[in-house]
Order: sequence, then C-alpha cells, then structure tokens
Amino acid sequence: MINAQDINEKTPWQDLTPGGEIYEAGTARAFNTGVWRTNTPVFHAQACKHCMLCVPFCPDSAIPVKDGKRLDFNYMHCKGCGICENVCPFPAITMVTGGVPHD
Amino acid sequence: MSKIYNLKREVEKPPRLTGGHRLCAGCGAGVVVSGVLRALNQEDRAVVVNATSCLEVSTFMYPYTAYMDSFIHSAFENSAATCSGVEAAYNALKRRGKVDGTVKFITFAGDGGTYDIGFQSLSGAMERGHDMVYVCYDNEAYMNTGIQRSSSTPLFARTTTTPVGSAGQGKKQNKKDLTEILVAHNIPYVAQTAPLGNFKDLHTKSHKAIYTEGPCFLNILSPCPRGWDYPMAQLAQITKLAVDTCVWPLYEVEEGIWRLSYIPKKKLPVEEFMRPQGRFRHMFQKGNEWMIEEVQKQVDQRWESLLEKTGA
Ligand SMILES: Cc1ncc(C[n+]2csc(CCOP(=O)(O)OP(=O)(O)O)c2C)c(N)n1
Ligand code: SF4
Ligand code: SF4
Ligand code: SF4
Ligand SMILES: [Mg+2]
Repeated sequence: MINAQDINEKTPWQDLTPGGEIYEAGTARAFNTGVWRTNTPVFHAQACKHCMLCVPFCPDSAIPVKDGKRLDFNYMHCKGCGICENVCPFPAITMVTGGVPHD
Repeated sequence: MSKIYNLKREVEKPPRLTGGHRLCAGCGAGVVVSGVLRALNQEDRAVVVNATSCLEVSTFMYPYTAYMDSFIHSAFENSAATCSGVEAAYNALKRRGKVDGTVKFITFAGDGGTYDIGFQSLSGAMERGHDMVYVCYDNEAYMNTGIQRSSSTPLFARTTTTPVGSAGQGKKQNKKDLTEILVAHNIPYVAQTAPLGNFKDLHTKSHKAIYTEGPCFLNILSPCPRGWDYPMAQLAQITKLAVDTCVWPLYEVEEGIWRLSYIPKKKLPVEEFMRPQGRFRHMFQKGNEWMIEEVQKQVDQRWESLLEKTGA
C-alpha cells in the first residue's frame, strides 16, 4: 500500500489507494502551512508561566506541550494569526511583522 | 477522567486534530474541533463524521488527514445518518465479539449543514436514539462557498446573499433557535458552548456529550474572521463578548433539566459584540439606531425566557 508521503500530482491513478482512502493517521502534519504566515509569533520562554491558556486557542495545534512545559512554536504549522499573543496574560508572546523563515 | 477539570493535564494529551490542515489563519473551527476531541479519554478511539463544509475541505484533503482518528466524509445533507449507520454497524460487530475497546461516534457539521440542509437527517438520528454526538460548529453562514446566509445567520447581518445597499440592509429574518429545537427531541443531553478562557465549559460539555449514552447535541459558536469581518487575532475577545452580551448564552439541558452555565457579572449591550464585526457595520450608521434597539430587545427577551427555564 502506498503511503501518503509518496503520493503527489504525478502518481499514476493505478498506484493510488482504492477509493481515495487514507490508512495512516494525521498525515496533514507533513504539510507545511507555516509558509502562509505574514506575521510571526515569538516565544519568550523566560516570561512564560506555563499557564497553558494559549494552547487550546491555537487553531493549528502549533503550541507543543511536554512534561508540563509549554515549548516553542511549531513554525511548520503556525499561520501567524496572533490569537495566542492576545490570550497570553504575560509578556511571553510577541508578534513580529513578516513570515520569519520556517523550519 | 477525574471529575475536576485541569487544563494543564488536558493539553498534555497529544492533539487529535493535527496542524497542517488548510483552515484559514485564525479560524474558530480548528479551535472548536480540537477542543471537542480533547475531551475524549486518551485510550478511546473515535469515528469522526464530517459534512461538507470549510472544516471538511480543509482537514481531509487526499492524501492528507488532520485527524488521528477514523474519519468519514459524508454529503452535506446526511452526516447524522452516516454517523448513525456507522454506530449501528459497530454495535453489530461488537455483539459478535469482532471489535474491542471503546469507540465513540462524533459528527461535525457547519450551521448550513445542520440548521438547514442536514436537519432532517439530524432529527431522525437523534430520535432513533443512536449513541453518538452531533456537534454543530456555528459560524452563522455558508462560509465555504463564499458567505451566503443560512437560517443561523443573525437578524440584519450582512452576507453575500443579504447585501447592504439601497435595496436591503442585511438579513431580514431571525436566527433559528436550533439548540431549543434539539431540546424538544427529548434526548439525554443538549448544550450550547463556545471557546472561552480556560476551556472548562467547552471541555466538560464535550466530555458529557461524548460519554452520555444515547444521542447528544452540542451547538458551539465558531467565529469566522472572514465572514464576520473582524481582526483574526481577536477570536477569544469576540466569543467572550458573545456570552457577556447574552447573544450566545451558555447552558445545558440534561435529562430534561435546564441549567444555565454562566451569568455575566455585568450584562453588556449588544453593540459591544457587534461593533468589532464588519457584518454589522451598517447598523452603526446614522438613522439605523432602530436596528440595534431591535436586536437588543430580542436578545433581552430570549435571555429572560432562558432565565425562567433554568430557574436562575
Ligand atoms: C447538496 C449540496 N449543496 C451545496 C453544496 C456546496 N457547499 C459545499 S460547502 C457549503 C457551505 C457549508 O456551509 P456550513 O455548513 O455552514 O459550513 P461552513 O463552510 O460555513 O463552515 C456549500 C453550500 C454541497 N456540497 N452539497
Ligand atoms: S499565531 Fe496563531 S497559529 Fe501561530 S501559534 Fe499563535 S495561535 Fe497558533
Ligand atoms: S499563555 Fe503565555 S504564559 Fe501561558 S503558557 Fe502560553 S505563552 Fe506561557
Ligand atoms: S472562511 Fe471562515 S470558517 Fe471557513 S476556513 Fe476561513 S475562517 Fe474558517
Ligand atoms: Mg457555516
């Protein structure tokens, strides 16, 4: 069975999964929406209190959490909407103009 | 889940709606859907059914799925019927011992897919008593096809089919009260919520809806920065204003018992919610004061009647 990462515009239809089904979970993670950004959030770790209020408000699941700590943005998925900066009660997020190079 | 809500514990779970989907930047739907799915117990699996909508075309685009759970795209008019069929098939397999573990069934559809075109299929699935949750993410218009009015679009709102000009001043009809229509189905659980603060309200209602046996319904306000025409960074502010003005009250009806979830400390005038949004801009022009007065009157009436029903 062909995997999502091997499917592109040039894949012959005979090689596609039957019925256009997808057999893997969360394949969208391989897709870069970070290039959409026109503004970019910057994380100031020293000011972060790990209150987590920003995490559920991110429409793009681009704020990772591990072992009770809020980690730096996932710039491959962040679209730069600025919602997180607006809900952060501390000076831990600032938006800068421009789509800073993504990883 | 232990009974006490803890945001830190909840966000530690891996997201079940991943990044890399194509919803617009700042879209409320991504926040609503990941919030509902977070309420699943981590060890349980889900089947997600989705009617055609902004959500569907953005989260499931061959060969990319933004779901960690099984997903099925159904046509616009029958997502509830599709979900009820999958649930019935699961029950048959379970009886024969062919599946193990807990699987939950969740449908997501927009207001167009719920209030209008999928309404008969929703009503039928709820009445038949399937063990499923139907979630309407309500952005108050047909956004995916270019902001056409639906029966959920509020009175006087500008859409591309209710334009503002010499011949008209936005939508002429009222918003349908779908949540109350679902209450009238006498199902175990119906609730109205929105993405707010620490997400306690949205999370606890989602968890209840998912784990209450039988058909449950959630109506969740889902701001659309494109259709509502407000700055996309203001999502949290807009939903807060919707509940503090009582334009979108938070309540639940469990086994027929009405319960108000939130009473604003200070009930704000409706214009606080409307002013930041371009779809209501014409209502602030000189000579149109009556429009805001009319909306305020209706919101007050509905709030009073809700206070009565909930005994608050
Ligand atoms: C029977 C049918 N009619 C029309 C369409 C075109 N269509 C696709 S999505 C959509 C709008 C969906 O609106 P809503 O359910 O409110 O979801 P939203 O896009 O606003 O999130 C329409 C009209 C369709 N797919 N099927
Ligand atoms: S700017 Fe928007 S997309 Fe990026 S991390 Fe913040 S909330 Fe998420
Ligand atoms: S809201 Fe601010 S302080 Fe709280 S976790 Fe997010 S970045 Fe840190
Ligand atoms: S048009 Fe609105 S509802 Fe649709 S993806 Fe964009 S912001 Fe979301
Ligand atoms: Mg809609």
